[in-house]
Order: sequence, then structure tokens, then C-alpha cells
Amino acid sequence: MKEHLEQICITVNGVPRKFIIGDGVGCVSPSETLLDTIRDRLGLTAAKRGCEHGACGCCTVIMDREAVASCMVLTADCDGSSVTTLEGLCDPVTGELSPLQKAFADNSAFQCGFCTPGIIMSTRALLDRNPDPTEEEMTEALSGNYCRCISHYQVIRTVMGFIQEMKRKEA
Amino acid sequence: MYEEMKKTVKVSEHEYRYIGKHGNRADAHDLVSGRQKFLDDLVMPGMLVVRVLRSPHPNALIKSIDLSKAKGLPGVIGAASYKEAPDWKCGLPNHRRVLDRQVRFVGDSVALVAAETAEIGDEALKLIDVEYEVLPFVLDCEKALEPGAPQLYEEYPGNEIPKVTPFSEEPFNQIFVGDIKKGFEEAAYVNEGYMKYENMAHPLPPESPGCIAQWTSPSAVTVWYNGGAPHLQKFNTEASIPGVAVRVIACHAGGSYGSKQLIPHMILQAILMAKLTGRACKFIMDRTEHLLSYELRQGSRIRGRVGMTEDGVINAVEGMWYTDSGMSSTYAQAMTAVGLGECQAFLGKCKNWALDTKLVATNHSSQAPIRGFGGQECKSVLVPMVCTVIRKAGMDPLEVFKKNFVKAGDRYIWRDNLWWEVHSVDYTKAFEESARAFGWKDKWKGWEKPYWVSEDRRYARGVGVGVHGNADIGEDPTEGMVKLHPFGSVTLELCVGETGGAQRFAVQKMVAEVMKVPLDGVQVVDPDTHATGYDAGMIGSRGTITMGTTAVRAANDARRQLLEMAAVKLNANVEDLDTENFLVFAKSRPEVRLPWIAVCGTPEMTITGSAKYKQNFDKPNFALYLADVEVNLMTGEAKLIHALEGSDVGQIIDPINIRMQAEGSFGSAGGDTGLFEEMVMDKKLGRFMTGNMIDYKWRTFNEFPPFDTVLLESEFDSEAFHALGFGEITPSPAPAAILMAVSNAIGHEITEYPCSPTVVLRAMGKIQGGR
Repeated sequence: MKEHLEQICITVNGVPRKFIIGDGVGCVSPSETLLDTIRDRLGLTAAKRGCEHGACGCCTVIMDREAVASCMVLTADCDGSSVTTLEGLCDPVTGELSPLQKAFADNSAFQCGFCTPGIIMSTRALLDRNPDPTEEEMTEALSGNYCRCISHYQVIRTVMGFIQEMKRKEA
Repeated sequence: MYEEMKKTVKVSEHEYRYIGKHGNRADAHDLVSGRQKFLDDLVMPGMLVVRVLRSPHPNALIKSIDLSKAKGLPGVIGAASYKEAPDWKCGLPNHRRVLDRQVRFVGDSVALVAAETAEIGDEALKLIDVEYEVLPFVLDCEKALEPGAPQLYEEYPGNEIPKVTPFSEEPFNQIFVGDIKKGFEEAAYVNEGYMKYENMAHPLPPESPGCIAQWTSPSAVTVWYNGGAPHLQKFNTEASIPGVAVRVIACHAGGSYGSKQLIPHMILQAILMAKLTGRACKFIMDRTEHLLSYELRQGSRIRGRVGMTEDGVINAVEGMWYTDSGMSSTYAQAMTAVGLGECQAFLGKCKNWALDTKLVATNHSSQAPIRGFGGQECKSVLVPMVCTVIRKAGMDPLEVFKKNFVKAGDRYIWRDNLWWEVHSVDYTKAFEESARAFGWKDKWKGWEKPYWVSEDRRYARGVGVGVHGNADIGEDPTEGMVKLHPFGSVTLELCVGETGGAQRFAVQKMVAEVMKVPLDGVQVVDPDTHATGYDAGMIGSRGTITMGTTAVRAANDARRQLLEMAAVKLNANVEDLDTENFLVFAKSRPEVRLPWIAVCGTPEMTITGSAKYKQNFDKPNFALYLADVEVNLMTGEAKLIHALEGSDVGQIIDPINIRMQAEGSFGSAGGDTGLFEEMVMDKKLGRFMTGNMIDYKWRTFNEFPPFDTVLLESEFDSEAFHALGFGEITPSPAPAAILMAVSNAIGHEITEYPCSPTVVLRAMGKIQGGR
């Protein structure tokens, strides 16, 4: 009997991507995670395999305006969704860093940098829904992002400074 | 805080281009854009994935093992048990086989599979039939030394691992100097102590350890790994596989904290599977393997006696320091040797020592060199033991520590079993400025005395202090070259890995400073043992002095050669010439400038400066940790509400990066091992229970207390712009400081880690019994 193959479409960094769900060669298996899809099929390796049980936040991407641990999301469940990875924050033509990424770079808000993609994406998702968070709201939003070098204080200084800078520019 | 301190404390008066100022790291753009490649992002043609079948028993013999069904699974290219494995061994001395018939902890390797994907590999592991002869096991290091205890290695009867070190023919594993009897007779205060620091905490870098192995000829193999000491890894692996040339390339590491600088056993396993399959093999631990099967902070236990004079000089120390190495020693003997030196740096005035050590094998996962190289484990037991006598005298521990910490003119035996005289450093001012900034004098009310209790008497606060210093910042040789390219660029050929401490950036800055060129005019080559001279790697905070000095010397050598060539062309004296922004000029006529290409006359050459650094242990670094905790006296919950770390680093290279190193005292199984962080062991089953990042407790983003740093710059005698390395030791004094602070808050001495609610309530007499 011919296998019924389901096709899904996910918009990744503004580009529609189609996948066939199934167990055949080249198909996305029903158990494949969004993390594996974006890393292994699309070559977008900014999101990291950290714990693969949703505890470290190194794989954080923005899906439909929410920060999610992509290791805990099945690709097959993402039909119609819009996903942004860290690569997607850069200018798609010039590769220029977004202002938030530039703030992280200029202030060295990282040490080893493995957790940085997840931290930036969680921050971006927060600022998209609340452009002027308190420090408590910010650290709460980042509470699922593990960093063992302890760049936390520098991230807080950087993001709070970035928010002030954005407000100053708007004014 | 740093800016505040600069106003009130003498700091460096030099005005540098880059040194002491913040700049963007060369890798900043790639790290924030996702372009930075880590090990798991590398793909080799035909690469296989290695998966491991792990032991469910803490001690067992493999009676039979059948790989045939696993090998038959489509997508499986190779499989191996101890039967197929060569007799490759690692450890110090080499004792841990790549695969062994005896498994010695829950999580030990039973068999390896190399498959097209990790999923196929995991399916194959389920098809391996194993029959075990289960053996009794031992988890306690002193019980392991008792007659009749289960034995881990035939060659190590009694479970004592030989005390060899790579540092000296006669290993440094005990301090017997002075007259211990006389020392105690002269002491006004004497007390005994017994202290354990056995959290077995996990450094837990966000990126698990991993490697890729690929044979390039029958006698040569290339290894990519995510540690920061490629030359050390190279000779370590070559010692395990005689006759094979091993090239090691270090990838940008997602954290290490010492734990990934050497991953000898994993690399042997990847090399084995690459040999059996003829393909590149990638082996990265998943998080559960990393937590349950990888190397941990060693267990540390001390039993001894301390004597102190009337005026607060510790003048006699005797006892036994036990190191629980788990099932193997990667470098524990070296950590013991360094630890004994650190004891003397801490108690720099003590002339009478009788301190012995034992390195013990037990049935849990292996110990490893983790940030602090044993310093944290050593100080977490030694400081509380010394405090028993300071408490007896009713003295202020900070004042006693200040009086006793080593300074210029004092002597100690370091890990090479040689006496060294301390030069240049004196941390008295760092003690005083840190204490002042913290408000120590206001908060220290005496031993087991809180400085604040809430009106309802539910909460109390106390403070504590810990101190540490390590002369390994000058350890091991380094070779490097600086190449000047005529069209205007500079290459630094020095083997510098990047594990997060921004060391590549630091040496880039130093070379740019010497050559007076833009930062991006200096390229640091990739850390590859085929392309660089020897360097021991990112260990022991050695990078600043050893790599820095080498980079500075090589840059000065290249600069000298350039100016000598220019002197001939310009018919001038070398001393009258200078170079800046790839141009040479006479100091008397700076408006006339000659590009480097004009000096060289041809682009078909480079000017190469070279340098070597030889190790030197005459300057220990220093970290003072001051903790302020609040304890809920009803529930026993203790919280760190403020901490301060102080030091004198000679010269700050980058103010943001060094501040983050101090803040890093929370990470890498550091300060929080004083409060809550530990691997929880089921002692009946002999297995750890904390196999994921939810069960293994760590501090989340919204749980960090205010944290200050006091960093002085006294311009020490260091060729690396007067700077000393600092980052490694920042967590080392923290657990002991926190233990003291909790004790003072609750009014009862605590003698076990971590200060969990159970421990606190038991110390207060509110509950009884074991944990």
C-alpha cells in the first residue's frame, strides 16, 4: 500500500521551507525535532545541542513570536509556523548584525559563546513583546538559559544598556 | 566597582593602546551571529557517530558479550568490546584501558558502536548481549584503603594509586619540613580537624566533551576536540598509542573549566573506532552521559591538627589529605603536588609541616582536573580545618589569613619538588581594600555570631571569608613566533585555544601593543599542533604569563629585526627608529614614514621573531572571596545575598573580561558547591541520581545576588605587561567562605558540604540522622 506522505511548510528566517513527513529516506521522521531540522537539514547551526531535554536553552529559537527550546518541538508539529534563528536576526543581504547582536558583541556579553545564541533569542523574544522590561522581567525571561561561564551580569548590563539606548534614540 | 577602585587605589599609570581597555574580541561577530563553528558543527565526509554501551553496575566483570546482532543492524559500520580493543591505556600512570573487561563505575564503557547516525547507534546498543559477574564496590575513600575492601586494579593493591607526577623524578606528594613537634610546642593554640568536601560536583560546560578522529596514514591520526590544550592532549595520546603520530586541533570550546582540556579516554575510543571502520568518527557525549559518565571534581578529605602562635601565625600543620580519585586518575597526582604548594602559599609563614597524602581509587566516575586544578577541593577542607584553631583563639579569620598569606621573600616547595622564593607580589593591600569595600569590619561579629537577625527571629545573616593563591600561573614551557608580513599584517603562531577566557584576544592585544598596529592587523593562528610550537594550553591560568610573555618576546624580536633592516636602509641607528601602523620612522622625523614593504624590499619574505618561555613558580596569584548569606532559621534554607571577590592582578588586560572571570566563581561547580550544588549518589546502588539538568541543581539567571569585584593593579614583575593570570582560581576560595558565613548566621559550626537545609537544620540540632 502506498504510504501517505504529509507535506508541511515552515517559514524559517523569512524563507518558506517544505518538508515531507515520513520514515523514508530523506523524509523528516515524525520524531525529528525542530533543532535537528534546522541544524542538520538547513545548516543553521547557531542553535546548539546542549541538553536535548529542554533545560539549557542553548537551542532557543523564536517560533511565532515565542522563545522556544527547539529540542522540545517536533518538526512535524510546526506546519504553518514562522521560525527565526539567530542567523535570521542579521541583515539577510549584507549579513550586518542587528542592533541587539551588536550590543552583545561590543560589550563582550559572552565568554565561551555556546549559550549566546539562545540568550540573544530569548532576549529578542522578550523585547518584541515588551520593549521596556524591568531587570526582574528580563532575568525571568532568561531563567531557562543556562550559562556556566557566568556571563549573566554582563548580559544584564548589556541588555539594560541596550534598552536605554533604544529609548534614547526613539526620544 | 572597578571604576570606583581606580579612583582610590594606586593602579597602573601606563597609557596603553589596548592593554587595560575594553575592545571587541576577534570572535565577537561570529559568536553573536551564529557563524562560530563548534565541534558538533563540523562534518567530515563519510563521518560516523560513536555511541557507547555503559555499565549498569559500579563494579563488575564482563563474563560474556555478543556484538553480532548489533553489527548486523543496517547503518552500523563497526562495533568493539574489550575483546576487539588493543591494549591502549590512559591515565596517570597509564592504567585505564580504552575498553576493559572489568567495569568500575555505573556508566563505564562496555562496548562501542560506530554508526551512520546516533539513532542507529543507539538502536545497536540495545542489541548487544552482555552477561556480568557483579562485584562488591566501594565509594568511600578511607574504606577503600581498609583491608578486604573491593579492589579496582590488580596493579594497585589496596586501591592506592601510585604517586607519580610528570613534574619531577621524585614526586612531590608530602610536606615534611621543620620540626613539627617543636612547632606544636610553640603554638599557643592547637586544634584538630576532620573535614570532607565530597560533593563530586560537575563542571558541566554547556557543550559536552567531544572529538572527531580520522586516520591519515597507518601511523598518523588527526583529532579535532573541544578542549584547550592540544599539545598536552597530543603527547598524552601518543603515550597511549606508541608509534602513532597524533595531530590535535582544538575547536572553539563551549566552556571547559578545565574539564575538557584533556579527554584522553574519549579520544582513544574515537581513534579506535576510526581505525576499525576506516572512516572519520565523531564522539560527543550526550548530556546524560556527560553528567553520569564524565569526570567530576575529586573528593577531598583532610584529617589533621593545626597550631597557631599567640600573634596569629599558623606555625604547625600535620595530617593526612585524602584525594578520592574515583575509578581513574587523569592527573590527580599533579593536582596533589600543586595543592601542597597552595597549602604553603595560604600558610606562607608556617615553618613546620607534616602533611601526607593518599590518592585513592573508588567505584564512581573518574576525577579530573577542573577549574582550580584541585585548589578548590584543597581549600574547601584546609581552610575550615585551619579555622578550627583561629576559632579557638577567637581571632578574626581575615586578619589571620592576611598575616599568613605568602608574600615576596617567603619560600615554598612547589610541584617540581624544588624550593622557590617568592618575588614581587604582596597582597596585603588587596586584602585591605576588599575588606573595606565589603564592609567586613562591620559585619564580622565573631565566630558563630550573626551580624543581623530579623525581628521575628526567622532570618539571620552571617559573613565568611576564603582565600586562595596558585603559582601555576607560570607553569610549563611555551614556544611561539610572530611573523611580520611586508604588506602590513602580523601573524602570531602560538597555540592558544579558546574556551571562554578570551585568551586569544589577550595575546592578540599584547602583540598589537608591542607592534603598535591595529588590533585586526594581528591574526592568531588556529590552535593546531602541526602548525604551532609547544604550549601546554589553557590550564592553571597560565595563559597570561606564559603565552603573554612568549607573544611579547616574539613580537619584540620581530620588531628588532625589522628596525635593524630599516636602519641599514635609512643609514640610521636602530635606537632612533620606531614602527607604528606598519610604517617605520625616525623618532626625530616622525612625519617621514617608510612602509614595511619598502624596508623588506620584496613581499617574498617575512620577518620572523621567535621566543621561548621556561616555567617559573615565583609568583602565586591571589583571590579573596567574601560571602554574605541569609539563612531561614525555620527551614534551613541558606541564600547568598552578596559576595565580593578581590585580587591584585598586576595589570588588567581587559576590564570586562576579567570582571567576568571573577563573576565566574559561581560557575564550573564553584561557589555554589558551598550551598547546594552536588552530584547526588544512591550509595546502595552506587550510582549517581542527577543525570539531567533538571535534577542537577544550578543557579538560574534570576537567582544571582549582587556581586562586586575589587581588582588592584600593582604592576608585578611580569613580562606580560606586568599582568598575572587570575581567572582559574576565582571559585576556589568560595565554598569555604560560604560554609563559614552559614555557620556564623545560624550560630553553629557546620562541617559538611553543601549547606543544604538538611545540613543546616542538623547543625542547629533541629533534626538528627544522616542525609
